[in-house]
Amino acid sequence: MKERNFRLNLALIVLIALSVWWAKDRLNPYILRVLNTAAIYIVAAVSYNLVNGVTGQFSLGPNAFMALGGFTVALLMLPLPQKEMVYFLQPLIWPFNSFSLPQWLFGLSLILAGLVATAGAFIVGVPCLRLRGDYLAIATFGFGEIVIVLANNAISITNGALGIKGIPEYSTLPWTVGCAVITVLFIRNLVNSSYGRAMKAIREDEVAAEAMGINLFRHKMLAFAVSAFFAGVSGGLLATLITTVSPSLFMFTMTFNLLIIIVLGGLGSITGSTVTAIIFAVLQELLREVEAPRTIGPIHIPGITGMRMIVFSIMLILLMLFYRRGLFGKGEASWDGLFALPGRVREFFERLRRKEVKSWTRTGIESHDQ
Amino acid sequence: MDKDRNRVARSIDTAVLRDSQDEILKIEHVTMKFGGLIAVNDFSLSMKRGELVGLIGPNGAGKTTVFNVITGQYTPSDGRVLFDGDDITGLPPDIIVTRGIARTFQNVRLFNGLTVLDNVLVSYHSRIRSSFLEAVFRTKRHLEEEKAMRQNGIDLLRQVGLEHLANEEAGNLPYGQQRRLEIARALATSPKLLLLDEPAAGMNPEETRQLMKFIQDIRDKYALTILLIEHDMHVVMGICERIRVLDYGISIAEGSPVEIQHNQRVIQAYLGEEERAYA
Repeated sequence: MKERNFRLNLALIVLIALSVWWAKDRLNPYILRVLNTAAIYIVAAVSYNLVNGVTGQFSLGPNAFMALGGFTVALLMLPLPQKEMVYFLQPLIWPFNSFSLPQWLFGLSLILAGLVATAGAFIVGVPCLRLRGDYLAIATFGFGEIVIVLANNAISITNGALGIKGIPEYSTLPWTVGCAVITVLFIRNLVNSSYGRAMKAIREDEVAAEAMGINLFRHKMLAFAVSAFFAGVSGGLLATLITTVSPSLFMFTMTFNLLIIIVLGGLGSITGSTVTAIIFAVLQELLREVEAPRTIGPIHIPGITGMRMIVFSIMLILLMLFYRRGLFGKGEASWDGLFALPGRVREFFERLRRKEVKSWTRTGIESHDQ
Repeated sequence: MDKDRNRVARSIDTAVLRDSQDEILKIEHVTMKFGGLIAVNDFSLSMKRGELVGLIGPNGAGKTTVFNVITGQYTPSDGRVLFDGDDITGLPPDIIVTRGIARTFQNVRLFNGLTVLDNVLVSYHSRIRSSFLEAVFRTKRHLEEEKAMRQNGIDLLRQVGLEHLANEEAGNLPYGQQRRLEIARALATSPKLLLLDEPAAGMNPEETRQLMKFIQDIRDKYALTILLIEHDMHVVMGICERIRVLDYGISIAEGSPVEIQHNQRVIQAYLGEEERAYA
């Protein structure tokens, strides 16, 4: 069984690699853009879920860590002539004005982006994670705001509100999907190990976890730092995908989007976050429709920007009302589950025919409350 | 000067304790204040290795506070706790448990969303040698550790009779078995001293009977010293060798079950009050 699952996982990765290799030059740029965005959302959401879902600590900080990563990559990769052009308000400070990394060091710049974000995580985490309760949410939210304010004002580093333009477009499909796969594997292995078990124990009951010998601070910090690392990487990928970074890109909305993804997918479920990250990226494009101006009979509705967020918010509310566990709950989609699916679907319809299933919404709420 | 003398006195004290190997826990003049409330006042207790001592008293007498002081949830306002000859006063709970003191909670505190086996495995985590990176990259050392851990966990569950439920979610277990699992989880930390906080609370007579047998079994099997808080007098009188009675944070009596049953102060403070309450 284990052997089979391992082979299937391997096959899946090979399949992803092959389709990426096939798709990267064949699909049109628009589709590629959506796929890249989806992959970046996977990196950000799965790592965010490690803190909020697995360890049960409510962080609101991924936008800050993504910002740190995004600006790091931008500063490292932006070509020198471009740097001179962009920083016309105030010249860029040393050492960033004296070098720019060549393309083959893009991977290194992503790792550095992750490390800078991790450093940020220690700055917030060391004071806050020692405390119990919701301090983390407040502190990380504050940290996010501080990072944005700093980015707006440290003009000789970030170029202020104008942002940095002309970053080379290095985030190709192999990079983004590669990072997504690495993130998922990394976090999956961590969660399934003894360390992950300790994190889940903290989520379930801090007092009991500590009484069983778990060092609360160390394990919360571990989750927080790993999460920040990958958030930083995703920020770097985003910067080199859309070729611009500015403080406004990493506003709190980013965290809000990620929160929607991990809650929809099921807090604590890696596969859940992965699937909903893709759904979210695709829906964001499809729902552009609702923002377009339209005429229904005599009524003319002008285009409303931000309408998409309303749709997402409504989805979130409905989900909270009827299916609070999210798509996957705390569980994971597994091969065993997949193979058992046809049988379960058949069983469901069987029971439906015998009228044993009263209402699906009811079961949703009940399964949460128990 | 005074400080030095204290230190010398303390080290002699410690040396003496190490020599007399049969004293495992020594609580000296512990006082715990919460603001103006004195929850525990000048509490001293020493336990011999292998003893089973009961701690009883009316609700709010400070029994659980004593547990919280021993296990490091609270740092006492005054006094100290010696375990195996070492001063453990004020150490954090996760360190104290590695020294060999494990506990259960008054209201069962399992990791409800985790499986029965995982609940037990959490207790082994503090002894893990491989780093989180080794865990992520699945090095040989880590995989072997995980395997050994899992094997120990299953063995332990077998010994406490929960093996058939290993993959069940802990929160779905019947109450009696949740209690049993909580004790198993404490045992997984390989304690020398086990603190049980009202293990029979909410159990029916049959479950209580099984529990009493279970406590005696594990005590022999794992060579445990046990300190037990319990309201069920049947349990306390049935298995404890020595009983300490607390009332309003003050020790009012100590003795064998028979002595306690006939102690006037205890009857007044504890049983008498109950009678009055029912009258």
